[in-house]
Amino acid sequence: MTVVNAVLQGVFLGAFYAVLACGLSIMFGVMRIINLAHGDLAVLGAYITLVIVDRLGVSPFIAFLIALPVMIALGYVLHLTVLERSLKSGILTPLLATFGLSIVIQNLLLITFSPDVHSLGRSAGTLTTASWQVTSGLSVSALGILVLVVAVLVFGALQVFLSRTRLGWTMRATAEDADAAELVGIDSRGTYAWATALAVAIAALGGLFLGIRSVFDPVSGPTQLIFAFEAVVIGGMGSLRGTLVGGIALGVAQTLGAQVNPEFAVISGHLLFLVVLIARFGGGRMVLRVAR
Amino acid sequence: MLFTAGTGLLAVLLASVPLIFDPDVVQKLTTLLILVLLAAMWNALAGYGGLLSVGQQAFIGIGAYGTVFFADLGVTPYLAMLLATVVAGAISLPISLFALRLRSAQFAIGMWVIAEVISILVRLDQNLGAGTGISLIQLNQYAPNFRQAYTFWLALAFAIVFMAALFFLLRSPLGTSLQAIRDDEDAARSLGVRVAARKRLLFVLAGFGCGAAGVLIVANTLFIEPGSVFSVQWSAYMIFMVLVGGLGTFEGPILGAILLFAILQTTVSQGGPWYLVGLGATAALFALLLPRGLWGTIEERLGLRLLPVGYRVVEEKSAEPT
Amino acid sequence: MSLLHVEALDCRYGLLQAVRGVSFEVAQGETLALIGANGAGKTTLLRSLAGAHRPHGGRVVFDGADITTLPAHSRVERGIALVPEGRRLFPGLTVEENLKVATGRRRGRWNVKSVLEVFPLLRPRLQLLAANLSGGEQQAVAIGRALMSNPRLLMLDEVSLGLAPVVVDSVYRSLAGIIAEGATVVLVEQDLTRALKVADRVVCMLEGRVVLEGDAKSLDRDTVVKAYFGLRRTA
Repeated sequence: MTVVNAVLQGVFLGAFYAVLACGLSIMFGVMRIINLAHGDLAVLGAYITLVIVDRLGVSPFIAFLIALPVMIALGYVLHLTVLERSLKSGILTPLLATFGLSIVIQNLLLITFSPDVHSLGRSAGTLTTASWQVTSGLSVSALGILVLVVAVLVFGALQVFLSRTRLGWTMRATAEDADAAELVGIDSRGTYAWATALAVAIAALGGLFLGIRSVFDPVSGPTQLIFAFEAVVIGGMGSLRGTLVGGIALGVAQTLGAQVNPEFAVISGHLLFLVVLIARFGGGRMVLRVAR
Repeated sequence: MLFTAGTGLLAVLLASVPLIFDPDVVQKLTTLLILVLLAAMWNALAGYGGLLSVGQQAFIGIGAYGTVFFADLGVTPYLAMLLATVVAGAISLPISLFALRLRSAQFAIGMWVIAEVISILVRLDQNLGAGTGISLIQLNQYAPNFRQAYTFWLALAFAIVFMAALFFLLRSPLGTSLQAIRDDEDAARSLGVRVAARKRLLFVLAGFGCGAAGVLIVANTLFIEPGSVFSVQWSAYMIFMVLVGGLGTFEGPILGAILLFAILQTTVSQGGPWYLVGLGATAALFALLLPRGLWGTIEERLGLRLLPVGYRVVEEKSAEPT
Repeated sequence: MSLLHVEALDCRYGLLQAVRGVSFEVAQGETLALIGANGAGKTTLLRSLAGAHRPHGGRVVFDGADITTLPAHSRVERGIALVPEGRRLFPGLTVEENLKVATGRRRGRWNVKSVLEVFPLLRPRLQLLAANLSGGEQQAVAIGRALMSNPRLLMLDEVSLGLAPVVVDSVYRSLAGIIAEGATVVLVEQDLTRALKVADRVVCMLEGRVVLEGDAKSLDRDTVVKAYFGLRRTA
């Protein structure tokens, strides 16, 4: 029974990782960039939500909705200022530029807020603690269900967006051949910027869940980045559906590892990641795929 | 000729540092040498091999903890240091077998995860001080002056050995093929260049070098803990030094190390996070705007080349055909 | 009335000059064939007219407006469309998505339905991934995709490349229909006979320069061949 419960908790945890990883997957699928500042952007989103909660006294969910347009705009501007340039210079440049950005964000957060940990859990109310005991060994938390449902909705909505809307086709076309896209009238620059905006917005959602599930501080970013990246790789780079699966797989690996020894949780995830990498000899296909 | 004499003179001058200065100053200069070594090694990977690793702290940690491990077994400290360096380099070989199959981002973060894994494994070991850290108490058998001097000389020796190794590597036929790999890997492969073997060589060299740096860190500061010695901060420093100094140039990393050293010495007491903001922003700006770094740009503008490494194509002006 | 006016265009790749001081005009409703050996600069010229390659010097004037520095997607909005060399379809998108993604703001007679009328072979293949099409089908989609933006100037780069003669015939038949409706077309074509047959005027390039220009019907083949291979140099 405990193993089953561990798997269940792993699914809930994994859904959180999947949301965290979603934005990273989008940016990689559309632009072939791995944004090393992704985790920090999620944490930034959490902090902005926190500020709104403190100032306006609303629940974190409302605060997030208010923060959302800010994050979207931030992502758009971020692309036009930093990322766009790095796209043209070669493979190393985006990694280096986003690494520098990551350090800047972490330390600006450190300066603005203190190094103390914060949490959005308290202001989320009973949601954080509510749970049901399904059987003697199985417990289901309200938060876990919520994150899982949101994860499925987000990934599902993205799938629909990419396969049925103009902007979705535009993004896929630009991802496959930006030059040819320009020739058919697509503004590749704007398309990339919207993709980044979308990625950053979803990263902020990940930050919201991070803040509610546990605590965060200015330097929590890199840890989230590693989990997000592991989820993307385990699921297969460039596949959105894969990222959802990968996130859940990562979560389950961690909770199963914790069953053996609580200190083994994170390293179990790392080991799964490394095993998948070895088995794949370098990652999956590099094109944004929409399942047919 | 001039170049060899000049280097020799420089080495002799540097070697006399512990004889002239206080142990405090010597310790600081040892730190500078550690930074130079790290910068040179990261440049070897990224600048000459096109391998961007955010996980070299794995080898730094192996070198540091390896030293403590051997010293605890009863090996005399400075011999333990050499052993630890060898172990770090040796471990890099099996890691390379799978790490080098990975491309850019996967390699970068893959190395980071490997560093995290090793860090966690160390943290779980009570004998190595677990999460709280451990000291290299065996070095207390030496008087501080001598200890600092020996450590400095070891640092100098390491720096010279690894940079010389890199230097001769680049001047060899291997070096030209490395340039080719960096410029266009597929074209190089089709010409018969054994890309994988050459990258492995650089990777193992960097493994040894970063391991040596880790050894020096524990010798210089005496106390280590997983959180600091396996920290991704080291990668941040390496990236800054090489990017600002000049990626792919030989002299650039040295310049970058000196710069970082100066910044750390002056601002670390004040500033705190602000200087890190500056570091990160500077690295990003250099990546975007000055990809050749300071030295690379100087080289380009003035046509300077201090150390005779690499070739330069000079464009000939020819008359337009009528 | 000249729809396209190219003046002293100069295009480079680093130190390599691909197009040198090229000038010509295309009148409304005209079909211009751009011919020349490989490496003559034809593709570079078309790409810079489409906005995909920034010229080093010179001017491009379209319908009276200077568009020299306008980015490619903006030129499509103005009415210039290029069918690029090698088709360059979006492999992960279906035929229908490939066509629909190219719909711009310009109104006109071209939409998915009318494109299918010109290329009926695509009708059963609408939901197929572009990567799974044959060469001829891909060429049809590529031309259809360019038409979806209702261009005033349609440019085609080597549509016959890599296709069986029978398939090329079919493509040119469809093209003839489009031309007959009054479209302005610039096409690059390796096959001299086809080029001279379908075009009103011919411009021949060699090593980046225009070496011959004239009326397709009145130029004799021998002159064209000589210019093509550079056997007759102007002093």
